[in-house]
Amino acid sequence: MMTGENVPLSLHVPEPEWRPGDTPDYSGIDIPKAGSVRRPEVDEDPQTMRELAFTIIRVLNRRGEAVGPWAGELSDDDVAAGLRHMMLLRAYDARMMMAQRQGKTSFYMQHLGEEAIGCAFRKALLPGDMNFPTYRQAGLLIASGYPMLKMMCQVYSNEGDPVHGRQLPVFYSSKEHGFFSISGNLATQYIQAVGWAMASAISRDTKIAAGWIGDGSTAESDFHAALVFASTYKAPVILNIVNNQWAISTFQGIARGGSGTFAARGHGFGIPALRVDGNDYLAVHAVAKWAAERARRNLGPTIVEYVTYRAGGHSTSDDPAAYRPKRESEAWPLGDPILRMKAHLIALGVWSEERHKQAEAEVKDEVVAVQKEAEAIGTLHDGRRPSPRDMFEDVYADLPPHLVLQRQEAGY
Amino acid sequence: MAKMTMIEAIQGALDIAMGEDERVVVFGEDVGYFGGVFRCTAGLQKKYGRTRCFDTPISELGIVGSAIGMAAYGLKPCVEIQFADYMYPAYDQIVSEAARLRYRSAGEFTCPIVVRMPTGGGIYGAQTHSQSPEALFTHVSGLKTVVPSTPADARGLLIEAIRDPDPVIFLEPKRLYNGPFDGHHDRAVVSWTKHELGEVPDGIHVVPLGKAVTRRQGGDLTVLAYGTMVHVALAAAKETGVDAEIIDLRTLQPLDTEAIYASVRKTGRCVIVHEATLTSGFGAELAALVQRNCFYSLEAPVRRITGWDTPYPHAQEWDYFPGPTRVGSAFTETMEA
Repeated sequence: MMTGENVPLSLHVPEPEWRPGDTPDYSGIDIPKAGSVRRPEVDEDPQTMRELAFTIIRVLNRRGEAVGPWAGELSDDDVAAGLRHMMLLRAYDARMMMAQRQGKTSFYMQHLGEEAIGCAFRKALLPGDMNFPTYRQAGLLIASGYPMLKMMCQVYSNEGDPVHGRQLPVFYSSKEHGFFSISGNLATQYIQAVGWAMASAISRDTKIAAGWIGDGSTAESDFHAALVFASTYKAPVILNIVNNQWAISTFQGIARGGSGTFAARGHGFGIPALRVDGNDYLAVHAVAKWAAERARRNLGPTIVEYVTYRAGGHSTSDDPAAYRPKRESEAWPLGDPILRMKAHLIALGVWSEERHKQAEAEVKDEVVAVQKEAEAIGTLHDGRRPSPRDMFEDVYADLPPHLVLQRQEAGY
Repeated sequence: MAKMTMIEAIQGALDIAMGEDERVVVFGEDVGYFGGVFRCTAGLQKKYGRTRCFDTPISELGIVGSAIGMAAYGLKPCVEIQFADYMYPAYDQIVSEAARLRYRSAGEFTCPIVVRMPTGGGIYGAQTHSQSPEALFTHVSGLKTVVPSTPADARGLLIEAIRDPDPVIFLEPKRLYNGPFDGHHDRAVVSWTKHELGEVPDGIHVVPLGKAVTRRQGGDLTVLAYGTMVHVALAAAKETGVDAEIIDLRTLQPLDTEAIYASVRKTGRCVIVHEATLTSGFGAELAALVQRNCFYSLEAPVRRITGWDTPYPHAQEWDYFPGPTRVGSAFTETMEA
C-alpha cells in the first residue's frame, strides 16, 4: 500500500479551455455590469481598493450608454474624436497588412480589437509625458497627432523613415509625441519607464511616465524589477498591462499562473491595481485619467490591466487558426471597441449609421492618400531607401576610427 | 598633487562630476548612506542628498534599466554594480537597450550612463567575486569600455566617462583599490599613498577615452595590458631584465590602435596579458589587430598570457592568476622565439 509520501508527483501544465475545433464558451466568465464598479478617490489607501484588481471597470452598457461613477469625463467632440482615432488606426492597419502581403515591407503587427487602449490612454496624458510602449500601441501616436506619413515611411523603411531603416516595421520612435523607441526584447521598457518617472521626480518636474507590457511578458524579470522600483520610490508612473489573452500561441494562463489576475500582481508591492474593460474607450480613458492624477499628485504608481482580445494574429508571421478556435474572436464577450463607441455616439444622438459609413470612407481615403505619398518615396525594396553609409552612424555620438575603416571597407 | 588610493580617487571623481553637473545621479546596492561596500561613494549622499545618491533594491536589472530611463529623460546616471560578477541580470539592458538606443532611434533618445563595477581577482573572491568580463562588453557595438590602472587614471577616466554622451562600462580592478598589485601575493602590500603612481593631480583632472599610456619604455618587446596586469608586467620586466615596452591601454573601446602599432613596429615582438579567460578574450582581438597591421614587423608569434579557461577558483587563486613568473617566462620565451 502506498503511503502519502510515496505517491508520484505530477506536473501541472495549464491549458486553455478550448482549442481549434472546440466551441468557445465564455459564459463562465464573470463580467460586471457597466457602471457597477466603484470609483475610489485617488488618494485612497491601496489596501482598501484591492477588489479593483479582480473586477472589470466598465462604462459603456449594451445600449451604448455611458453609466456609473467612471462615466462623464469626455465631451461629445472628444468622444467623436476618439472614434475617429480608432477608425484611423484600423484603416491604417488594414492597408499596412495588405502592403506586407504585397511585399512592400517585411513584417507588420496590427491592433485589431485593441484600438481603444492606446487611443484612449493618450488622451489622459499631457504634453511632455512619456510612454514606453510595446509594438501594439500605435494608437498612442495616432491619438497624439503624429503624422501618419512618418509611420508609413517607418513601416516601409524608406528614405522618409525617421529611424533611417534601422528598426523592424512598427518600431516607431517620437520623443516629441511622448513615444519612446520600441525594443523587440520584451519587457525591457517597463523598468525604463519607472526610471524615467524617477528622473522626473528627482528633477522636481511635473511630467509622468507610462510603461506598457503584454500579458505574456509580465513573466520577465524586468516586470518584477519595475514593480519593486516603482513601489520603493513611489515613481510617478502608470504601469499598463495589456491582457489580450494570447502571447503568440501561448494563452495567458501560462504567464499568469496561480494568481487570479495580472493586476493582482501589484498587491504584493502595495501598488494599487485596477482592471478595466480594454474594449471600452470611455472606461480606458477614465481609468487612465485616474492613474495619471495619482501619479501627478505624487501618490505613486498605479497598475492598470486592460482586459481585451487580440482579434488578429500576433504578427504577419502568425496564423492563430493553428492554436485557437476560429470563432473565439466572435465569442469574445467584451465586443468590438469601434462598434461600441459608434453605438455610444448614436445613443448620444450625434451619430448615425450613415454618418459612420461616410466616416469609414473618409478615413480610408485619408489613409490611401498618405500611402500613395509614402510609396512615392519608396518601399522596403523599391524607391529611395536609407543610404548604406548611414548604417554606420549613431552607433556612437561620434563615428569612431574603427567604424570609419569598416565603412570604407564596405565601399561607402 | 596628492597621493591617494584608487577608492579615494573614484570617490573624488564622483564628487567632482556631481558638483559640476546636477544631472549626475549615483545609485546602486549599498551606495547611499553606507557609501558602498568598497567605500567609493562615501559621503556623497550626505553632500548631495538622498535623491542624487541612493540605495537600490538588489536588482542589477533594475539598477541599469532605471538608469536607462533616467538617461532618456535627460539625467546622467552613474550606477554601481557591486561586483562585475553580478552584472549578468543587467546584461540584456546593457546590450539590447543602453548600447542601441541612440542607433535605433536615430539619435532621438540617447543613453549617457556609466556602469561602474569592480572587476578581477586577487582577493580570494572565487568565481563570484573575481571575474573579468570586459570582452562581453567590447564585443557589443555602442558601448565604451574603460579599465584604469592607477588612481590618477581612475579619477580622470571616470570624470570623462560621466561626461561622455554614450554608455560607458567602467571596470575597476578591485585588487588595485588600495595599492598597485604586482602579483607577488606573498609580499606586503604597498599602499598607493606610498607609491609614485599614487599621485593624483588636484582639481578637475581629465584623461580622454581612447588614449593609451606607455608605462615603461623599452626596445625588446611590446606588452599590451590593462588594469592589474600593467603592474604585473612591470614587475616581470624588472625581474627578467627583458627591456619591455609596456602599453597600458586604459580604454578597450575606443582602442588606441596607433599606440599599439607604433610600439609593435618598433620592437617586433608582442605579448598580451589579461586576467580574463583566454578563449575569445580581448587578447584575441588585440592579437588579430597586431597580426593584420604589424605582420611585416613581427619577429616572433604574438603571445597571450591570461587566466585559464576555467571558472575562477578559490584555493588555487595563485595558480590561476597570471602572475609575474608566468608573464616573465612569456617575455623570455618570446625573446628566444
